[in-house]
Amino acid sequence: MKTNDVILQTTTKLIFFIIILFSIHIFFAGHYAPGGGFVGGLLTASGIVLLLLAYDIKTVSTALPINYTVMTAIGLLVALATAAGSIIFNVPFFTHAFDYFDLPLLGKQSLHTAMLFDTGVYLVVVGVTMTIIQSIGADD
Amino acid sequence: MTMILANILIGVTVSLGVIFILVTAIGLIRLPDIYCRTHAASKSATLGVMFILLGVFLHFWLIEGIVNTRIILGIVFLFITGPVGGHVIGRSAYLSGVKMWDQSVKDELAPVIAERKKLDEQK
Repeated sequence: MKTNDVILQTTTKLIFFIIILFSIHIFFAGHYAPGGGFVGGLLTASGIVLLLLAYDIKTVSTALPINYTVMTAIGLLVALATAAGSIIFNVPFFTHAFDYFDLPLLGKQSLHTAMLFDTGVYLVVVGVTMTIIQSIGADD
Repeated sequence: MTMILANILIGVTVSLGVIFILVTAIGLIRLPDIYCRTHAASKSATLGVMFILLGVFLHFWLIEGIVNTRIILGIVFLFITGPVGGHVIGRSAYLSGVKMWDQSVKDELAPVIAERKKLDEQK
């Protein structure tokens, strides 16, 4: 029997954006407050898992056409490139740098290369979690 | 003076929240079947946690001077998701055939589901 999930699906449409926004907030707040790439990545993955619970796996992969294995590889490359970039400037491997910039709209902000490394962590966490869940969930 | 008023406000909201959660716990033990229990759990637990979060927000705002928007977001999130969780639990229990309390008088979903099943068999 086909069941009627209209309440769950409508709520998911609304809640998904709150979860994604909160995960982005946690990701960017990681330097000065609790949070960072790992927790942000897990929150994003849980938002996509909520979509998978409310809809089927085909709908979600058409809505978000992402190859999560490639995403993991890109994340590892970004992290490695950030760590290796310091060699060019003749400082030890994994040395980070930061400076203050005057950005339009945002004002004076400090940009840190640790953020790029965190981006790598974020991509790897989202990619690995979604690969595990999709390969367990897909039975056809 | 304002400090005392703020503290009274915070104390009242947090206490109300704790009382609502206590009512939830008693309801989970005392009520006869799963539908009554999800009724107790989804409504009054949501309200209780929302009151506690409101108290925490007021404490940080009025006493410590920090406006923490994450608590507001948490209140909105709980207000949306708590009842939907109760709905999904109750619905999945009904569709998997959990019996209602033997003194229930009305079951309006049963004829709809019987009709759906008949339609499925005809296909």
